Amino acid sequence: MLRVRVIPCLDVANGRVVKGTRFVDLTDEGDPPTLAERYAVDGADEIVFLDIDAAPDGRGTLLEVVERTARRAFVPLTVGGGVRSVTEMHDVLRAGADKVSFNTAAVRDPGLVRRCARRFGSQAVVVAIDAHRRAGPDDPSGGWEVVVKGGREATGLDALAWAERAVAAGAGELLVTSIDRDGTGAGFDTPLLRAITDRVHVPVIASGGASGPDDFVAAVRDGGASAVLAASIFHRRRHSIADVKAVMAAAGIPVRLVNGAAT
Amino acid sequence: MTRIAVVDYGAGNLVSIEQALSAAGAEVVLAGRADSFADADALVVPGVGAAGPAMARLRRRGLEAPIRAWIAAGRPFLGICLGLQLLFEGSDEDGAVTLGVLPGRTVRLSDAPRLPHIGWNQVERQRAHPLFAGIDEDADFYFVHSYAAAPGPGADAVILAQTAHGGRFVSAIARGSLAGVQFHPERSGRDGLRLLANFVGLAQAGGAASGRTQAPVLAH
Repeated sequence: MLRVRVIPCLDVANGRVVKGTRFVDLTDEGDPPTLAERYAVDGADEIVFLDIDAAPDGRGTLLEVVERTARRAFVPLTVGGGVRSVTEMHDVLRAGADKVSFNTAAVRDPGLVRRCARRFGSQAVVVAIDAHRRAGPDDPSGGWEVVVKGGREATGLDALAWAERAVAAGAGELLVTSIDRDGTGAGFDTPLLRAITDRVHVPVIASGGASGPDDFVAAVRDGGASAVLAASIFHRRRHSIADVKAVMAAAGIPVRLVNGAAT
Repeated sequence: MTRIAVVDYGAGNLVSIEQALSAAGAEVVLAGRADSFADADALVVPGVGAAGPAMARLRRRGLEAPIRAWIAAGRPFLGICLGLQLLFEGSDEDGAVTLGVLPGRTVRLSDAPRLPHIGWNQVERQRAHPLFAGIDEDADFYFVHSYAAAPGPGADAVILAQTAHGGRFVSAIARGSLAGVQFHPERSGRDGLRLLANFVGLAQAGGAASGRTQAPVLAH
């Protein structure tokens, strides 16, 4: 049976992991490959890098980081941030990524999703959707709007309609982030996840709001997510990946348990 | 040192497979032309995506006939993901005609709850094979695909393992020194590295020490 994936996300800028971490025993705590390897050993089912800097002149640094990571962590690697063409996607895959995630660039040019899916296959194309509740953070009744540029710019697009369009264009997976919940620790926006998983047939990765293992269970059980992504709860070592998976397994969710993973 | 050639036909990520084979003790050559793999001990064809563009790139680089000849000579071969699917006659994904080394076609996964099939899943072995030596029966491997090979009538003997995602599909094949896996061993952690190390060991042993005892004769 297919396992539900637990995915740590590393925000990378200028080749370094940003946001504080407490991996005090690492020789270089901000080095993406070092953290990725650590997570892989702890049971991460995939690793996501988000290049939050994404400046054109920083591409070489990112590609070098991707390659060093691919050589150390033998789990799949998804890279998001700043990829705007088939050629740029080719370079990122060539460096050692398995999938590329598109956000603002896909909203601006859905044809980019189609072209990349045709060239590399849908399985390599992830569309990241940042969604915001229209009626207010506690009220899902007004639906969700797509926001871009890290939540700073509204698009007027309905998130559910955009999810369907992105899949029709060739997205093989959706990474759905609640901008209302991101960084709050208030739990995933499960009505948002459920509305999208009911509408599309591709896997959906839940993101934004995790504070503990029970949130992962809810994202799967209530939201229908195929994978759950989190950043700060792992970086800050509030919970290990193995802890989260143990709680998910106890709740009857199929997860991959790694022998000898740190608990 | 065992020399493994990985066919490079512009099919994306080769870093992981190169690194994983190196970690397994092989000397790895990325082969973009046929003359760069002639003296290798084993050939690996990786790949993701659709069959049509992949076959076009293999042909453009003059690699199709040499790969066929390599397999016909019974030399050690491992196809990964699309590299497994290409061994069969054609793909339903885009109607492409593929290598046709094995009878059967590549078909869309049936009754799948969601597609693509992305993530870690179990590989249920149908028989013992040295490729899986030392790997737990319930080990998970990483998949990312929507299509899988369906061996034709009479070719069931090539099936080494199956996996369930809604319906069941063929997740590994082996015949003689020819092997293929639908999952990505280079992305499947310790168990994946073990499988690749097993393949390197088989290549070193002159190929198919393994398969010879159980190679079925296929009508094609």
